[in-house]
Amino acid sequence: MTNVMDRFITFLFYRKSLALFLLLSPLLVWLGVVYLGSLFTLLIQSFFSVDSFSGVIKREFTFESYYDLFRQSTNWDIIIRTTTMAFTVTVVSAIIAFPIAYYMAMNAGPKLKPILYLGVMLPLWSSYLVKVYSWKLIMAKEGILTWCLDQLGLLHLLDVVLSIPVIGGTSLSFSYIGMFLVFVYIWLPYMILPIQASLERIPKTLLEASSDLGGGPAQTFRKVILPLAFPGVVAGSIFTFSLTLGDYIIPTIIGNSSYFIGMAVYTHQGTAGNIPLAAAFSVVPIVIMMVYLTIAKRLGAFDAL
Amino acid sequence: MRSKWNLGSIGLKTATLFGFFFIHIPILIIIMYAFSTDEKTFQFPLPGFTTKWFGVAWERNDIWEAIILSSQVAFISTFIAILLGTLASLAVYRSQFFGKEIISFLVILPIALPGIVTGISLRSAMSLFGIPFSTWTIVIAHATFCIVTVYNNVLARLRRSSHSMVEASMDLGANPWQTFRFVILPNIATALLAGGMLSFALSFDEVIVTTFTAGQQSTVPIWMLTEFIRPRQRPVTNVVAVFVILVTTIPILVAYYLTKEDDGRKK
Repeated sequence: MTNVMDRFITFLFYRKSLALFLLLSPLLVWLGVVYLGSLFTLLIQSFFSVDSFSGVIKREFTFESYYDLFRQSTNWDIIIRTTTMAFTVTVVSAIIAFPIAYYMAMNAGPKLKPILYLGVMLPLWSSYLVKVYSWKLIMAKEGILTWCLDQLGLLHLLDVVLSIPVIGGTSLSFSYIGMFLVFVYIWLPYMILPIQASLERIPKTLLEASSDLGGGPAQTFRKVILPLAFPGVVAGSIFTFSLTLGDYIIPTIIGNSSYFIGMAVYTHQGTAGNIPLAAAFSVVPIVIMMVYLTIAKRLGAFDAL
Repeated sequence: MRSKWNLGSIGLKTATLFGFFFIHIPILIIIMYAFSTDEKTFQFPLPGFTTKWFGVAWERNDIWEAIILSSQVAFISTFIAILLGTLASLAVYRSQFFGKEIISFLVILPIALPGIVTGISLRSAMSLFGIPFSTWTIVIAHATFCIVTVYNNVLARLRRSSHSMVEASMDLGANPWQTFRFVILPNIATALLAGGMLSFALSFDEVIVTTFTAGQQSTVPIWMLTEFIRPRQRPVTNVVAVFVILVTTIPILVAYYLTKEDDGRKK
């Protein structure tokens, strides 16, 4: 066996392109056929239509699904609602993440640094569903958040917040505010790490040069650190934006049952059985992401990834 | 030098501290609730502490079935990911060929695009070609997005390891297979293990793509999702949540230490 293996590998060693082909082909077949094939199938199916009487999918080229999608104002509402949520989550995550990332990169000593890094990485990788669920516990009416606010005598503040039209609701776990809070919580580590990485890469000599030239801390921050950290912010925003755009678990578990793109896709393919419309709907986040990535590339985000 | 750039140091420390509270406390709260005597609500402060829900969860067959399915899927997907990811990273490392960038892009795409897109694509393809849903359809989906963790880990290790060892091995008369077996493989072993661990955790926790590619069976996340929407025994769900935290956290910690040690050695 080993002898055969020996000769086979030696044989390949002198035929570089054959070896390359053999090493790469399993991956290319898998991702090319299974993944790209599926994406392509999805795209094709979005140009099919469903017979309104029999419910059978007609395999003929038509723009009917896209026409259906954009004709109804409720679908526009879903797209606008999801994009607005993704955008707000992204901006707020960046604001919260920046000081944390800054502290990790600039202030923390060599002992604290790995602990902080692990402290951000663990929640990023640990169970998504459990994290969402934990907020259901926290925001429940009889739960820990109500209790804490009550102890602090701030319960009326919650009522004020919940009475805000549109974003408020009957309780935190049935409002946009609650949903927003959970989105920020879940994606925050995805924002912290790229910003930290970009701050880490700023040469310290640059900061010294700035102060030698008479720049105060505030000026150095604004003119040197912020512009250099910005690609990191954009890189982080790709995650927060894309993940919010496609998520349907958080709006299902927490929120006021108004529709988001992910939920619409799920419902159209499942209970409604309208795969063409679901497919057309899922093309929307792909297009939004492509536009977003093009802008991000211009802003230099890919150098920070 | 460092103190000079502590812009508003106290404010910064406070913000960081609050940030860390924000990302860690919810996980601790869920662990606490697994010990609550309260059955119906999420009452706080907890009326009492008990460990009986762990026993109740242990007796439940549906939970065992979900755990077994999740483990099977995670093991097979990780195996496929290790195989495909390692071969590809060996090819990309040190060879120049047309489309090299495309490979890296292709590997990242399944996790870069929203999960819902990956899920609906695979589902629509499976239904178009009449493939019945089974454990294997879940495995196909999971392996697709797991490849990236192995690929990235192994490629990063290969780039850091020095090529002179390979040359020395060949100079000393080892054939290519021996060089791979005794030089390259031990060198990338911990990276393989780390990538595999991350891939396992990723698969064990995946829910969005799984809902689209599973039939009637439930993996642990699907089981949990069903319980969130139609709760039967809330404390049991909390116990399973704690179990999932452990199953996903331990591999991540192990992976972290496996790759960190390597950084220390090379620098």
